[in-house]
Amino acid sequence: MNRRHLLLAPGAAALAALCFAAPMSVAKAQSAPAQSDGQPIRVGEINSYTGLPAFTIPYRQGWQLAVEEVNAAGGLLGGRKLEVVSRDDAGKPDDAVRVAQELLSNEKVELLAGTYFSHVGLAVADFAARNKLPFVAAEPLTDAITWTKGNRYTFRLRPSTYMQAAMLVEEAARLPAKRWATVAPNYEYGQSAVQWFRQLLSEKRPDVEFVAEQWPAQGKLEAGPTVQALAAAKPDAIFNVTFGADLAKFVREGEGRGLFRNRTVVSLLTGEPEYLDPMKDEAPEGWIVTGYPQEQIDTPEHKAFRDAYVKRFNEPPRQGSVVGYATFKAIAAAVEKAGSTDPEKLVDALSGLALSSPFGPITFRALDHQATMGAYVGKTTVKDGQGVMTGWRYADGADYLPSDEAVRKMRPE
Amino acid sequence: MSFYLVQFLSGLATAATLFLVSSGLTIVFGVTRIVNFAHGSFYMLGAYLGWTLVERWGTTPLGFWGAVAAASLAVGLLGALMEIGLLRRLYRSPELFQLLATFGVVLVVQDAASWIWGSEDLLGRRAPGLRGSVDILDQPFPLYDLVLIGLGPLVLGLLWLLFNRTRWGTLVRAATQDRDMASALGVDPARLFTGVLFLGSALAGLGGALQVPREAVNLHMDMAIVVEAFVVVVVGGMGSLTGAFVASLLIGQLQAFGILVFPQITLVLVFLFMAVVLVIRPYGLLGRAEDAPPTAASPGPPLVAAAGAARWAPALLLALLAAVPLVAGDYALIVLTEVVILALLAASLHLLIGLGGLVSFGHAAYFGLGAYGAALLVKHLAAPMPLALAAAPLVAGLGALATGWFCVRRSGLYFAMLTLAFAQIVWSVTFQWYGVTGGDNGILGVWPPDWAAGKAAYYWLTLALAGGALLLLRRAAFAPFGYALRAGRDSALRAESVGIDVRRHQWLSFALAGSAAGLAGGLYAFAKGSVFPTLMAVPVSVDALVMVLMGGIQTLSGPVVGAALFHLLETEAMSRTDWWRLVLGTIILVLVLAFPKGVAGFVRDLWTRGRDA
Repeated sequence: MNRRHLLLAPGAAALAALCFAAPMSVAKAQSAPAQSDGQPIRVGEINSYTGLPAFTIPYRQGWQLAVEEVNAAGGLLGGRKLEVVSRDDAGKPDDAVRVAQELLSNEKVELLAGTYFSHVGLAVADFAARNKLPFVAAEPLTDAITWTKGNRYTFRLRPSTYMQAAMLVEEAARLPAKRWATVAPNYEYGQSAVQWFRQLLSEKRPDVEFVAEQWPAQGKLEAGPTVQALAAAKPDAIFNVTFGADLAKFVREGEGRGLFRNRTVVSLLTGEPEYLDPMKDEAPEGWIVTGYPQEQIDTPEHKAFRDAYVKRFNEPPRQGSVVGYATFKAIAAAVEKAGSTDPEKLVDALSGLALSSPFGPITFRALDHQATMGAYVGKTTVKDGQGVMTGWRYADGADYLPSDEAVRKMRPE
Repeated sequence: MSFYLVQFLSGLATAATLFLVSSGLTIVFGVTRIVNFAHGSFYMLGAYLGWTLVERWGTTPLGFWGAVAAASLAVGLLGALMEIGLLRRLYRSPELFQLLATFGVVLVVQDAASWIWGSEDLLGRRAPGLRGSVDILDQPFPLYDLVLIGLGPLVLGLLWLLFNRTRWGTLVRAATQDRDMASALGVDPARLFTGVLFLGSALAGLGGALQVPREAVNLHMDMAIVVEAFVVVVVGGMGSLTGAFVASLLIGQLQAFGILVFPQITLVLVFLFMAVVLVIRPYGLLGRAEDAPPTAASPGPPLVAAAGAARWAPALLLALLAAVPLVAGDYALIVLTEVVILALLAASLHLLIGLGGLVSFGHAAYFGLGAYGAALLVKHLAAPMPLALAAAPLVAGLGALATGWFCVRRSGLYFAMLTLAFAQIVWSVTFQWYGVTGGDNGILGVWPPDWAAGKAAYYWLTLALAGGALLLLRRAAFAPFGYALRAGRDSALRAESVGIDVRRHQWLSFALAGSAAGLAGGLYAFAKGSVFPTLMAVPVSVDALVMVLMGGIQTLSGPVVGAALFHLLETEAMSRTDWWRLVLGTIILVLVLAFPKGVAGFVRDLWTRGRDA
């Protein structure tokens, strides 16, 4: 046996592999259109399509609808089409940063949009600041993205964890409950939701006390023991932050073990169709939630959106659909306002940009780049074998933000 | 008092599911020695199939239990099919190569399940007749959970009968103890393995189908259970059913009562427990010392340094790579930068697997420690990049030195799971220590200074540092240190008897591999501009393992080839399709079947065959 060429052959294989990749990418870069009039305006879109399809697919349909509407109405800047290059981030921040680089270098996008997970959103926001590229974060809820880690180039559409917690505190403060228990997934979203809820509720109601807390690992809630541990503390009310599969488990086990008997539950996001629909007739009754009662909102702007969405996709919109739609409507409005695709001008246009969304008028605040989009606050109930919201109202995001002074202190600039 | 009783019962219900799944895993591992990553996928398939059938038939008790049984059998058949169509073709491959195949199956099943059942969580029907709860000392407790509690010991009893009172069971036990002897005595191992895969997968499917009334069936179930099942198997002692049962009970109770005492510790509880058990008991609670602990290394032809023209191959490759920025764009450069970094990561893991025979499931810890070491210096001390990059291998090396001391005292899968336990502990500390690490929101703004900020400049820097480190790793492989390490791998006893301190060499190689991975991590941090706990999470360890196995463990260039191949495939597939997991999984399966010795191994065989002819 001749073993001399141990290294050469595999080395050649590696080289071949590298060579096929490099020219391909070069070719791609060349095929990307140069900036000029009449060329489409390209937006790079990144989201966790394989990681969280239940949320991101309605979201994708939402932005598809928005883009189609913009282009059907004659495009932007005198006839230039809006074009989206969409990528999956596999739910990992480092992959998202690579994809962002690909969109910037090869696809020559003018701005970035999307992301779901907070850490992915933060990574892309940092990339955007570094490359001076506007980024409209659609879904991530973390307060940090507009406050402690905010930057000039990043904007966020959805009401943040703080805002949604503040909306629920308003309701919670009216309850007679004094003893509270909390259950939240063990990561930043759950922790900051609980922290804000405790702080804001204690400010309004100095008489409340928090008697138990549970921090299940996201996606691995041990429903039985967790429910039992909460019940053992004999709280008057429970603040829940779990969602998705954990929430379904928690509700089922909680009902089975009588946790919710004579107790009010205040719950973040549970009213969103994404989380309410899968529970069908087992959806919890009487929980105070933030959410999106899409079938009941009859404002003209929402009706127009819902009708167009149903017509296009043959299914009712979800929360993600609204987010996707509004994100891209905001981008279109910003391009028109800026009158150009120059990144600095786009950032200036996005700061203070006001537009109409399916939820009504919203503004991207110049102060911290947070949009004032709100959420619907109401109670859950079951109707025709389906969880729905009842007695709801629209909580405008602008009313649930800390003082400008406090925000300025948090932002780095 | 009644509260503690009910909490105890809840723990038992958790334990029952855990036991069903891990008993299947331990049976499969005991007989075939395959580290079956796809076991969690079978659990998930059982849940999905169970959901479909329960929706159809589940209105009556008979229909419900019939549906559960049918789902379990169907999953068993899928397991048998995997053995016949895939694993059987790989029994002559280096050990652990089947692990790569099962990883391909995991990817394919993820996308297949999403395609068949859709992305929405599916909340199934409750078990008819068992919807309500009973009051136990005035505390309501779900009836269905009581049934589950009964089912655990029942299945254990049935399995005991199967293994101790039937001919087939006796053969399986014989094969568990000595596979070669059993086959020498005329037992057809292939048929036995098919049966074992059927049984193991059916148990996983049963565990999954039984979850339908308890939780929403979703696409993350596979990953959630498989790691925990491995923990149970290892804590109980590999191949020991009773051990798996005891371990399930303990872990179930640990979770039930652990959250009362430390609600914040949910992320890491089972791993802490496993680390403690493994440090105290080398073979788990009820495992026995093995005659031949499974190692990664196949005897194969020994490594020999290239001579003649081939000696210049790495230098040539390096020169070619250094010239790439002349033609490539920014994106191609950052992908290549990543490839070079991952090649170093894979090569460092290969030092352990290929030369030391030590399979690590937690190598991401040192990659992550390096990345965080660098990022923390930048963030808290405003250190310049060169200093941060110098600290990365140091921090990771020290971490590896500390954890390695414990790890190298175990072998085979026990070693692998102990590395995993330490990696998970490091991960959860990073994840939760907000004040220092920024928790899961990570550390931002770790960008290179101006002189290295250009894509080409950073690429050259990476190439120089990673290339240098690769050269050192290669040097170590052919130094007396490397020979001693390989001697320990091939025969620890003989190596000891000629005066080699095997454990010491393994320990040092662990530290060396850790610091090389740390350098890779540091380079990665500056390439990305931010670090997150995901860098030290299980998927990164698995990716590194896949890269090494894909390239082939018998050559030093294998991991480099594997890293390039895997990363380029993944990035290309990801940017082209949402079904990239299906594409990647299929490619892995095809590669595994076409090149049972890994890509580099195949090319080498081809080369030497051509030479000999």
